[in-house]
Amino acid sequence: MNKAQQLVVNESLAKEFGLSADEYQKVLSIMRRTPSMTELGIFSVMWSEHCSYKSSRVWLKNLPTKAPWVIHGPGENAGVVDIGEGLAAVFKMESHNHPSFIEPYQGAATGVGGILRDVFTMGARPIANLNALRFGSPENSQTRHIVDGVVRGIGGYGNCVGVPTIGGEVNFHESYNSNPLVNAMTVGIARKDRIFLSVAVGVGNPVIYVGSKTGRDGIHGATMASAEFDEDAATKRPTVQVGDPFVEKLLIEACLELMATDAIVAIQDMGAAGLTSSAVEMAGKGGVGIELNLDHVPQRETQMSAYEMMLSESQERMLMVLRSDRINIAKQIFEKWELDFAIIGYLTDTGHIVVKHHGRIEADIPLAPLADEAPFYKRSFSPYFKPKPIEPLNITMDIERSLIKLLGCADLASRSWIWDQYDSTIGGQTVYRPGQSDAAVVKVEGTYLGLALTTDCTPRYCQADAYQGAAQAVAEAWRNITAVGAKPLAITDNLNFGNPEKPEIMGQIISVIEGIKDACNALNFPVVSGNVSLYNETCNAQGENISILPTPAIGGLGVLDNVSRAVGNALKENFQLVIIGETKGHIGQSLWLREIMGQEAGPPPTVDLKTERKNGNFVRQVINQGLVAACHDISDGGLLISIAEMAMAGNIGCTLDAPECGMRPEAYWFGEDQGRYIIMTSDSDELIQKAKQQDVIAKLIGYTGGDCIVMPSGAMITIIRMKAASMSFFENLMKV
Amino acid sequence: MKIGIVVFPGTNRERDVVIAFERVTGIKPIIIWHRETTLPSLNMIILPGGFSYGDYLRCGAMAAHSPIMNEIRIFAAKGGYILGICNGFQILTEAKLLPGALLPNASLRFLSRDCYLKIERNDTAFTRGWNKGDVFKTATAHGDGNYFCNNETLKQLEGEGQIVFRYSAANGFVNSKDNQTNPNGSINAIAGIVSANGRICGMMPHPEDMVDPLMGSEDGKPLFQGIMETLA
Repeated sequence: MNKAQQLVVNESLAKEFGLSADEYQKVLSIMRRTPSMTELGIFSVMWSEHCSYKSSRVWLKNLPTKAPWVIHGPGENAGVVDIGEGLAAVFKMESHNHPSFIEPYQGAATGVGGILRDVFTMGARPIANLNALRFGSPENSQTRHIVDGVVRGIGGYGNCVGVPTIGGEVNFHESYNSNPLVNAMTVGIARKDRIFLSVAVGVGNPVIYVGSKTGRDGIHGATMASAEFDEDAATKRPTVQVGDPFVEKLLIEACLELMATDAIVAIQDMGAAGLTSSAVEMAGKGGVGIELNLDHVPQRETQMSAYEMMLSESQERMLMVLRSDRINIAKQIFEKWELDFAIIGYLTDTGHIVVKHHGRIEADIPLAPLADEAPFYKRSFSPYFKPKPIEPLNITMDIERSLIKLLGCADLASRSWIWDQYDSTIGGQTVYRPGQSDAAVVKVEGTYLGLALTTDCTPRYCQADAYQGAAQAVAEAWRNITAVGAKPLAITDNLNFGNPEKPEIMGQIISVIEGIKDACNALNFPVVSGNVSLYNETCNAQGENISILPTPAIGGLGVLDNVSRAVGNALKENFQLVIIGETKGHIGQSLWLREIMGQEAGPPPTVDLKTERKNGNFVRQVINQGLVAACHDISDGGLLISIAEMAMAGNIGCTLDAPECGMRPEAYWFGEDQGRYIIMTSDSDELIQKAKQQDVIAKLIGYTGGDCIVMPSGAMITIIRMKAASMSFFENLMKV
Repeated sequence: MKIGIVVFPGTNRERDVVIAFERVTGIKPIIIWHRETTLPSLNMIILPGGFSYGDYLRCGAMAAHSPIMNEIRIFAAKGGYILGICNGFQILTEAKLLPGALLPNASLRFLSRDCYLKIERNDTAFTRGWNKGDVFKTATAHGDGNYFCNNETLKQLEGEGQIVFRYSAANGFVNSKDNQTNPNGSINAIAGIVSANGRICGMMPHPEDMVDPLMGSEDGKPLFQGIMETLA
């Protein structure tokens, strides 16, 4: 007998499973009896924060999700948008935060595996991976170990499945010391008339299990992801799943081969909450019942109980409903790819999920109330206090030394140490790799289309002002896509926060959603998929609960009708540099303020969404007219950092004009005003003339050439020196 | 001209090779599944990159025992042309069709970045598209590309001119001790070798991803042009 079966189901066990007393009462009223262990397990995972979004659901529904090009918005495995030529892009970003702290390699690897499955389960071949990572302070002793494991895990999985990893972002901050964030995004391409959904229909149709065998790994992973960490987090290591990218690769090929036939009625991957959530969601969406016989589930361990099989989060598994006359075709394909293929049940007309094991009924739950009566909370929240303005500053460091120090700081230093470990060229369609452009650009095989992809969030802005910070994250994604010349289409949002039961955290969540909503509406940039990760808090050795900075990571997707028009961000010789947008010199929450003055203070820059849109539309237009040789947005670190990044990317320097009079040089060079771009052009007169016609602020600020940045003062900063500073951060952090 | 690309479970760069061949030569190679026990009539076999069998035992070790490998050995014995790229090179060494072995990179990390290769001889089917001494840019993407062999084999490879590609700086300077230009630590900066008869070639980098200016470089094209000229 296994331990789980000896336990008595009651309110206190339900509590251990993460269900509150009220929630357990609800279970009793739905079941009209005491549930079995397996039934309690099913309720607890389906009603976990991770699966039910019970704290965020009432707010998330305010997000804009529609546009003429949106084919499927939130609610499917991933978002789907029309990119032209009969094709659709399928994409989503998802977190794997808690597992990545407990076991960085496997946590990150299975995060990549899970998001890949969300995309190919819809019939799309994955063509790009991105990742948004947040690590603890570089000074924290664990950071290096976590960085190493997460990067190896992402590379180990993505490289093996053969999907290029072409973009992402990384921040370091002490609030992530014991709670790193790993948000993985996958983008796939499908024919828009061949999108596969998870709606199970056809009473009597067989339910098929394919992929890896089921083991005891990851049992209750969804519940773990819905609780704070305590000091014995390490003891939760057995709940972290183990990934097998080799099997995932086979699964991708087998599923895509089967999807070319007419055999599939519905398909869904077994992700969080494994067999339970896939079976419940598929049958629930189709309004049918489902009966599973666990005797037929491929198992890699002996004597597994029904409870364990229903809650296992073993990786690389899919659940399908097939046409009953197509079973043999499907079986042959999966046998060719040496994957398990088992008929484990069929659809019924009962509206119940019935689970049988060894001739016993282990669970029998009505599906409608399981979904409809899932708890949701309008939790109390405290209003957000705007930060105080910054105090007068006593500045002692000159511009040149400040530039070098900033280039070597954790949030600006070169990320090449990371991206060199990710295969970015596989597929032969990568137009711009990490570091070469604001958004990664990948060609859509067999067409002239290109996709522009990015992930963005500036958590320190969100901490200071959640509304402005969230709007800024959306605007920056939109801007990065614009800066390569692409039309921004849609976003996926990955919202990472602390404990929603605390009013101040709930206040952050609500303000962030409000900020995303307003920015998406203003920029016509809807949310088509997303994920919420809460309880990102850890109790430190002093007994204090440390919450992460609010981190709404935005994954953006845009399209280029003609990918050869895309521009990168590298300087070339003998061009002019034009700045688009107004420089006001906002230094609140800037990296200059943090790194040079040692203050995380003041309000973040305001995003003027109307100007943002006007400036961006202008930039996109002149790129498409061929007037632009390179473009880079101005974000973290401000104007001079953007120019330095362009110089380092092209190994070409420039000579810069003096700032407008009246503005302090620090504010001019390092202020983080929004809605700005630097454009490299051979005809600044025409560009500025065009800008004037559209009421866009544009100003010539310098000329390219040479091997250093020549400041208005005559000071020269060599590219070699800037690169040495930029490379030093990871070299020192990861030094053997 | 008929070119066959062998796909093992876990192979993942077969599409890249098909795209490159089609783009450069207009010829579309055929895909051959590893469980086949007969080969169609072919002018060349390509073993592409990837993680055959997950690279779980040793890179290429299990693929070297796939059913198709018997036919490939026969094809090789008859003097057939074979090109192994990345995992394909690893499989060829595991199958003893080429000498030496590919060890984990000196950095013990996967490495995906551009590197430069110097052409050591241009009288092979694989290098005739270049001049001797030419340097070209190509992509790398591997965790185990550190070529190693014993002294005797190295002497033979050097003496018989079996080394066709060497990692170098952009200006052609070769320094096997420099981890920037010889990124995986290969002995004598070896990036690609041929068999004694010059018909079987293995190389770690990926010229197939460098055949389109849109992707940053066309430097890989001469490989496919040379093959085309040889087989035509």
